[in-house]
Amino acid sequence: MRREIPILITIVIGWVMVMDFFFPPVSSVATRMRDWTLILIAISQMLGVANVARINLDKVSRKHPDAPYAMVLLLAIVLMIAFGVFLPKSATIGGLTWGGHEGGSVFDKVYNQMYVPMQGTMFSLLAFFIASAAYRAFKIRSPEATILGVTAVIIMIGQVPIGSLLWDGMPGLSAWIMNVPNLAAKRAILIGAALGAIATGMKVILGLERNYVGGE
Amino acid sequence: MDWMQRLEKLDRRIIFVIMLIAVSIPVLVRLDMPIPSSKEVDDYYETIEKLPDGSVVFFPADFDPGSVAELEPMMRSALTHLWRKNCKIVCFTLWDTGPGIVDAILRDMAGKMNKEYGTDYVFLGFKAGREVIMVQIANSISGVFPQDYSGKPTKDLPLMQQVDKLTDTKLIVNISAGYPGTKEWVQQVRTRYAVPMLSGCTGVSAPEYYPYYQSGQLSGLLGGLGGAAKYEARVGVKGDATAGMPAQSMGHLAVIALILMGNVLYVVNKKKAGAR
Repeated sequence: MRREIPILITIVIGWVMVMDFFFPPVSSVATRMRDWTLILIAISQMLGVANVARINLDKVSRKHPDAPYAMVLLLAIVLMIAFGVFLPKSATIGGLTWGGHEGGSVFDKVYNQMYVPMQGTMFSLLAFFIASAAYRAFKIRSPEATILGVTAVIIMIGQVPIGSLLWDGMPGLSAWIMNVPNLAAKRAILIGAALGAIATGMKVILGLERNYVGGE
Repeated sequence: MDWMQRLEKLDRRIIFVIMLIAVSIPVLVRLDMPIPSSKEVDDYYETIEKLPDGSVVFFPADFDPGSVAELEPMMRSALTHLWRKNCKIVCFTLWDTGPGIVDAILRDMAGKMNKEYGTDYVFLGFKAGREVIMVQIANSISGVFPQDYSGKPTKDLPLMQQVDKLTDTKLIVNISAGYPGTKEWVQQVRTRYAVPMLSGCTGVSAPEYYPYYQSGQLSGLLGGLGGAAKYEARVGVKGDATAGMPAQSMGHLAVIALILMGNVLYVVNKKKAGAR
């Protein structure tokens, strides 16, 4: 029964979701099932936070070399939850709103003045690493690599205004690459992946695919 | 090891400095570049232009601070364009680290364009659930978001008394940094409910969305900072995307120069090694 019941639940939910797409009368049942899914997802997010906290508390208690980082993470989790969830919006001291997550609150200030610049910095560093990686790895070792390199150069230069300054036809050539060869390959991949997903989905809702409950 | 071999193994810190100089020049020296439009940007612009004044627009802003440099300019231009036509905006995000930045952009733009919260726009915040949320919100917005981002009951907001499902809106304008984003909105919602959809996405994900644009499932597409700059030019605003174009152009030129230099050195050194 430990295998049969989950398989039965999957089959029933799978069929309801498929039928919801084609037969509107099934919609209310499908909507109710999706509500259950949202509740499960919300609970899983809380479990995720609890798990991160548990792992990092363990690192701190074992004096792991990464313990200082784990302490920063734990402190951030506790403070952000306290500011954003538990402190009321009315908690104002020294002109600063300590509770809530709206504009002007401590939560909002930490987010906009610490988290946003840090993420932006991480992302912008990519430009430097891409430049270094391109210099080292983008070598015309084979005809395929040559085609890839030439295409990359055309797209890179065609996507920015300097491309049209260098040659009027550059944006057009870049657009042609995006709209013809790129599209042909992307569409083939998309259709192939979609057919694979349909086949796998059918196997699951017909009860033929049972690996997700373990065994076989 | 001769100097050409040493050059081929150039210290990466020198490459970083070259890149820094390339992107800094346009910041120090003002460079104005013409920004020609493209068909997908023109289609994006025309789709909004053809909307009846005062239409309600569904605006999922699915991005986080990592993509702000690329996506914030297109979100600001889209809001400018939509609000010039007095469109009403129902905004929310499916990215957990997105609400703070989306809320800040909305409040800033609403202040600049004299738009009132609750009447001209609402921000519903974030909810976990990705594709499930997409389908659920298409059926009932207040069912998924009983409260807005600030905790007010959604049904008390004047705008939300006019709309409660996707088909009450005239257009979906998605700002997308990846998953969940444009691809999932097309698959789960656009095809099913036949509401026209526009996408503004990061440069790296744009090639993935071209099939949806060519099939007509996307009525227009803005790809990366370049797409945002072209759209700013169409809307008639000089925003951060336009300002960033010279730096991005120089950055691309630097990468191309490095690729060419790397390959010349690779070929020359390979020939030398073969001759020995």
